[in-house]
Amino acid sequence: MEKFTKLTGIAAPLRMINVDTDIIIPKQFLKTVKRTGLGVSAFYNIRYNEDGSAKEDFSLNKTAYQKASILITGENFGCGSSREHAPWAILDMGFKCIIAPSFADIFYNNSFKNGILPIELPQDQVDQLMQSAEDNPEATIEIDLENQKITRGNEMSFDFDIDPFRKHCLMNGLDDIGLTLEKKAHIAEFETSDKQKRSWLYE
Amino acid sequence: MTENYTQPRTLFQKIWDDHVIHTDDNGTSLIWIDRHLVHEVTSPQAFEGLRMANRKVYHLEGTLAVCDHNVPTTSDRGEGIKEEESRIQVETLYQNCADFSVKLFDMMDKRQGIVHIIGPEQGFTQPGMTIVCGDSHTSTHGAFGALAFGIGTSEVEHVLATQTLIQKPAKTMRITVNGTLPDGVTAKDMILAIIGEIGTAGGTGYVLEYAGEAVQSLSMEGRMTMCNMSIEAGARAGLIAPDQTTFDYIKDRPMAPKDGAEFDKAVKYWKTLKSDKGATYDKEVILDAKDIAPTVTWGTTPEDVMPITGSVPAPSDFDDEAKQQSVTRMLDYMGLAAGTRLQDITLDKIFIGSCTNGRIEDLRAVAAVVAGKKIAENIKLAMIVPGSGLVKEQAEQEGIADILMKAGFDWREPGCSMCLGMNPDQLEPGERCASTSNRNFEGRQGRGGRTHLMSPAMAAAAAITGKLTDIREL
Repeated sequence: MEKFTKLTGIAAPLRMINVDTDIIIPKQFLKTVKRTGLGVSAFYNIRYNEDGSAKEDFSLNKTAYQKASILITGENFGCGSSREHAPWAILDMGFKCIIAPSFADIFYNNSFKNGILPIELPQDQVDQLMQSAEDNPEATIEIDLENQKITRGNEMSFDFDIDPFRKHCLMNGLDDIGLTLEKKAHIAEFETSDKQKRSWLYE
Repeated sequence: MTENYTQPRTLFQKIWDDHVIHTDDNGTSLIWIDRHLVHEVTSPQAFEGLRMANRKVYHLEGTLAVCDHNVPTTSDRGEGIKEEESRIQVETLYQNCADFSVKLFDMMDKRQGIVHIIGPEQGFTQPGMTIVCGDSHTSTHGAFGALAFGIGTSEVEHVLATQTLIQKPAKTMRITVNGTLPDGVTAKDMILAIIGEIGTAGGTGYVLEYAGEAVQSLSMEGRMTMCNMSIEAGARAGLIAPDQTTFDYIKDRPMAPKDGAEFDKAVKYWKTLKSDKGATYDKEVILDAKDIAPTVTWGTTPEDVMPITGSVPAPSDFDDEAKQQSVTRMLDYMGLAAGTRLQDITLDKIFIGSCTNGRIEDLRAVAAVVAGKKIAENIKLAMIVPGSGLVKEQAEQEGIADILMKAGFDWREPGCSMCLGMNPDQLEPGERCASTSNRNFEGRQGRGGRTHLMSPAMAAAAAITGKLTDIREL
């Protein structure tokens, strides 16, 4: 996994609440057996017309946001299914950071596994970032993970919280499976004691 | 791991404590996973990851695979899957299971069905277990007093490789429903009412424990319906303490502990799986069963519920500006005008099935409503998709299938079907459907499709009248 330390980029606004995983990546694109290539299909139903042309009123279709790497959106982002295709699609679209007042649990978790940083901020701070992304699309935002800071020029600076373990993994691009396999002895010890306690599971 | 707990513990804490392998200083724990269910949509990239790292499946006894999301439900499916991408995904699962020696129920196996139906049906799901699957409706298995939750594909790979997950303990919320459910009100109505109460993000970060007389008196099928939709309130897991109803359900199932000393030992342990008196929760919600009516959704999130006697709300009925904008969008998408009586909304299709309501009790409830009647003329298609091959067989033996077909229902092969429409079972743009499934999201059942969620009995009533209907008045 790629390391995440600092990110400076254009922020794109998606002014919607409860954006569910069916909106992020509709079912027909879940048939892939790969992780890549989903970006073009992200937000398909609200991004494209029936004839496949881009919807003009969809914010992420606007020219100003084509190179955006930060997504700013409403509460409960990513609710619904566990499909990791949702963060895969968002990453493949070019976003490496998502800022929202709240995230759905599985989506939040899945994002970290793919090197995406989801940041929860109070509603009023998200509102300010959203408004400025709409009013002044070309201005960039800087995300400093180490210092847990978001800055937008001289006008805005917000601190954010993140679980220390997740931060550590993201900053070092660590692979969870590798970390767990270092605890092999603990796992074996657990199994031995569990076999005594719940023998019917090991018949 | 100590066995001496001095403080009263919740059911969640007990299961958690029994599965912690190791806890780091930062509070992150490695926990053991007892059961891992695998399906074709969220596993290919995980198996590919194993292959690339030259890893094996760590615990084959705890792993069971089935194809369900992509499979056609038509009677000709023995000829194979026509849609190429779906076929490739299912064949990839078959190949992966063969390569890694994972037990698989393939499409033509009588035991095949929706992953959350077959786990309980086989006795693979048991109280006190940790159970995961690359599917958010894994919460279903919480009905047995198992800690069961959905995971993404990276974690599917993690569990395949290690039979563990890295987790932090969740917060706990107890939802108590006191009293007895009124006639015509089911587990589905209860969970829809709860989601309406706490909201689609109300459970985020929590494990929900359902309690109270109205919950305890449910069958296992009803309990599964409730726990299934915990994720629609944002909670990864729902829990119901196991009791005699649970033990009786599990006994003699193919993958349950063998009858005799082992089963007795298991039951003895299972009986300890209830929240201690005095255990505290991070949040408590209390409802009275008598206040719950047959409930349907009108919008595009599962929190947008209304008793069937109500009317479509207006954006101005909501205080929050973001919700007002969202309601405006929903009404447009749903093709509904504020103030319309729910019972005046006419339908095009009926879908009965899914991991929420595709079990035998659900099909019996539908048969009880439609016996001797015919579906309304405006209904273009009413389909019943049993949750598994065994549910289908049982319904045929009980004569339920005949009743349903005589009423005009399409009787299908098992799978996820139109709950999410990954197979050809989909709504056309603008079509309106009464559905016993779990999500009414935009485009969920087909692009432009309009979904109203409800109980099997309510969907059956709607099939007969052709519009949303109060089952109590049919």
